[in-house]
Amino acid sequence: MKSLAELKAIKEKMQGQVGIRNHDEAHTRVVVGMATCGIAAGARPVLQTIATLVQEKNLSGKVEVTQTGCIGLCQYEPIVEVFTPDGEKVTYIKMDEGKAREIVDKHLVRGVIVSEYTVGASDLNK
Amino acid sequence: MQEISLNILDVAQNSVKAKATLIELAVEMNTAKDSLSVEIKDNGCGMTAETLEKVTDPFFTTRDTRKIGLGIPFFKEAAESTGGNFGITSEVNVGTTVKAGFGLSHIDRAPLGDLNSTVEMLVFYNTHIDFVYRYSVDSEEFTLDTREIAELLEITPEQRAEAFSSPDVKEFISGFLKENTDEINKGRIF
Repeated sequence: MKSLAELKAIKEKMQGQVGIRNHDEAHTRVVVGMATCGIAAGARPVLQTIATLVQEKNLSGKVEVTQTGCIGLCQYEPIVEVFTPDGEKVTYIKMDEGKAREIVDKHLVRGVIVSEYTVGASDLNK
Repeated sequence: MQEISLNILDVAQNSVKAKATLIELAVEMNTAKDSLSVEIKDNGCGMTAETLEKVTDPFFTTRDTRKIGLGIPFFKEAAESTGGNFGITSEVNVGTTVKAGFGLSHIDRAPLGDLNSTVEMLVFYNTHIDFVYRYSVDSEEFTLDTREIAELLEITPEQRAEAFSSPDVKEFISGFLKENTDEINKGRIF
């Protein structure tokens, strides 16, 4: 059994580190819908993929990944909304792990919106 | 919901919304009794007897912006369709407890799924809430208690959010969950 005692090593490593993160920088917010509709449609792996990649690509300083409730477009879940510091919002619909990876690489890293996955690109009558 | 772990994540979100400061989750399997039980207990705002009566009704919602609120009915249906049972108790300002019992080998029982991922999601995204997660199969069990982690790391309440979202602590928690679950499961998939 792995024991919590191993945290001692982490504690020493963390000392002096906590509190130095820069909070002043303008943040991009990535919000994943995690209500019943989102979860049932597969939002959990989507959120996890984005959060893991943001950490791996060292974007944690400028990208904040959070969750929200029902956005009201249940049939388009999983939904990911990207709020940029300039006040713009992009809504991506019917996400999966692969698409989430693309959003991180293109939108979050390079600032290029992946238009084909946005709510605007979908035929809403379908 | 394809996995019971997704029902758990969904129902636990209600505890988060109820402003709980402590959420206790227990998943217990008993192969001799052929049972799987899930308990989600919080110290949130609770519900009145009147509301409590209605939450298992799929056509009830507390939201007035739009008609939603299927989490509890889904969970109840998932349990009862396996010959199991479902119960919810609540008291205003004390908290709410949801219990679901499943027939472990029942053909209609959904797999537990990625339970660790559910626990990680709850712990990493609600750093202001304490979680106690207990997983057991027959006589073997392990517990993850975020209060214990905070104590061992000697962090103040103000440092909590940052500590629980630091890569080192996250990695430790993920490893702790995975290793201990694997050890108890012994290759079995529930």
